[in-house]
Amino acid sequence: MSGHSTYEFKNPLIRWFDSRLPIFSMIKAQAIDFPTPRNLNYWWVFGGIAATMLVVQLVTGIVLVMHYTPHVDLAFDSVEKIMRDVNYGWLLRWLHANGAAFFFLAVYIHIFRGLYYGSYKAPREVLWMIGIVILIVMMATAFMGYVLPWGQMSYWAAVVITNLFSAIPWVGETIVQWLWGGFSVDNPTLQRFFSLHYLLPFVLAALVFLHIWALHVTGNNNPDGIEVKTEQDTLPFHPYYTMKDLYAILVFFLVFLAFVFYSPWYMGHAINFVPADPLVTPAHIVPEWYFLPQYAMLRAVPDKLGGVVVMFASLIVPMFLPWLDRSPVRSLRYRPLTRFFFWLFAIACLVLGIAGAQPAEGAWLWVARIGTLYYFAYFLVILPLMGKLEKPKPVPPSITDAVLSRGGH
Amino acid sequence: MSTSTMQDVSRRDFLYVATGAVGAVGTGLALWPFIDQMNPDASVLALASTEFDLAPLQEGQGVTIKWRGKPVFIRYRTQEEIKKAKETPLAELKDPIARNLNLPADAPATDENRVKDAEGKVNEKYLVQIGICTHLGCVPLGEAGDYNGWFCPCHGSHYDTAGRIRFGPAPRNLDIPPFKYISDTKIVIG
Ligand code: HEM
Ligand code: FES
Repeated sequence: MSGHSTYEFKNPLIRWFDSRLPIFSMIKAQAIDFPTPRNLNYWWVFGGIAATMLVVQLVTGIVLVMHYTPHVDLAFDSVEKIMRDVNYGWLLRWLHANGAAFFFLAVYIHIFRGLYYGSYKAPREVLWMIGIVILIVMMATAFMGYVLPWGQMSYWAAVVITNLFSAIPWVGETIVQWLWGGFSVDNPTLQRFFSLHYLLPFVLAALVFLHIWALHVTGNNNPDGIEVKTEQDTLPFHPYYTMKDLYAILVFFLVFLAFVFYSPWYMGHAINFVPADPLVTPAHIVPEWYFLPQYAMLRAVPDKLGGVVVMFASLIVPMFLPWLDRSPVRSLRYRPLTRFFFWLFAIACLVLGIAGAQPAEGAWLWVARIGTLYYFAYFLVILPLMGKLEKPKPVPPSITDAVLSRGGH
Repeated sequence: MSTSTMQDVSRRDFLYVATGAVGAVGTGLALWPFIDQMNPDASVLALASTEFDLAPLQEGQGVTIKWRGKPVFIRYRTQEEIKKAKETPLAELKDPIARNLNLPADAPATDENRVKDAEGKVNEKYLVQIGICTHLGCVPLGEAGDYNGWFCPCHGSHYDTAGRIRFGPAPRNLDIPPFKYISDTKIVIG
């Protein structure tokens, strides 16, 4: 599907340039003519939305750095100055802070789309695994960004998360001091987090490039999970999907900007407007909503090392999904039993998110434990078993047949 | 002719392997400064020790001071608190080690061992501890929790009146920093 297009550009200047560096051919082949399954539904728009949000974060971040000061004595005040004095500073900061949340929203939906339609299956294993690496790097980036305003929640997030590494036997303590550059979270920690918070989004951009490259080698999966067989099964990417994606991006931005303008701190915690105080921990520390399920899993285990292992495993295990789910049928459209377990899994993730926001005691602790158990059971027990036991419904011979049988065109 | 070719080949192999090895080892060595620069620097390591005057403390009063950027709890314990801590059998403790940096690493977590300074001096009224939960580093609240010692709100760890972990995810007792009495009512930490 990839490869050089044989198109002859009419403009002689473009032809001259393209025969020396074929950028225009590449754009033509990969972004304009690229054959895309004709049956993609709206769950397919979130990749483009996520990429757009990365750009939003890069642009707003780079201008925020023009006013931000990474020093324990000045960071908090410099962010307040951005809010009060810098022209449109409030807008830039709210775009960036809410942008991170909406970036995660898009990426999580994008991942669940992949889970539902079996997009991780051969030949898209590498594409899937790069996606999980993107999620992990995103999490690191957002965590370090959250530390930068140096409020109480920033500071204690930094303390708790870096201390996760102290659970490593023998060398844990040494590693944590190395991360801190001292004996507690302090100025050296803030400065290195700032450096890495600037770097990692560019690493993300490179990973996204690889992700899309891998996508363009195998082509898109689709809601029926059937490989493209003939040209009839596809549409050119432009204008069909450029316009559809753009429309979805605009709707997504409507919601995103509604938060930015009308409720910019809806997902934040008021205590982060109190400057960091290393001597007092806030009574109830909670991460941002996009980390709550993982946080619930960390606290579900009554053992320090155990909790840390479970939390990191929850990110690593999905990498092996292509080899855990051996069913020959991709899309859960044709796997009703697995579909039931999938929705249970989605509910488990939401419930874990709710449990992660509650104090870790009593009934909520047990809710988190059951949720954690189901999370891992879905990957390690249910999907492997379903691949063997479930008899899928008959799959149409081609995308075109699938579309026409539903009365589409 | 053929021998000289053979020699040529083995000579080339040797140079090839040697260059590769030097390159690999060199890259490895060059990496170290880039890793080590993140470790605590000289100014952080040089942070002076802190003196604290215990005299103004009233019975039942605790203060938090800062040492090496960390909170240190200094508490004048009540008779009741001391009694409770002493009556607790060691077998009931989750972590049976004193965690007192002034004592051998395997000293048992008796109440006495929790208050001993670097020279073996004991003044059981005063408990000096690093105020950092051994779970994930929050600062526990004083006079709180099921054992009326310290309670960490982050993930629910309960410490007793000698700062020993009794319940919750924290694995160890609160650490006792290196300190010594320089007079009956004055200590130096660090
Ligand atoms: C993957 C992309 C990114 C994510 C997920 C992200 C996330 C975050 C988050 C969650 C915050 C805290 C917001 C707050 O509570 O105020 C933050 C702050 C910050 N970020 Fe980013 N960021 C990204 C990219 C960037 C880039 C590329 C730069 C600079 C080149 C940057 C510079 C900053 C600065 C200076 C702050 C502190 C000011 C503030 O708090 O608004 N970020 N980031
Ligand atoms: S940090 Fe104290 S219980 Fe987790």
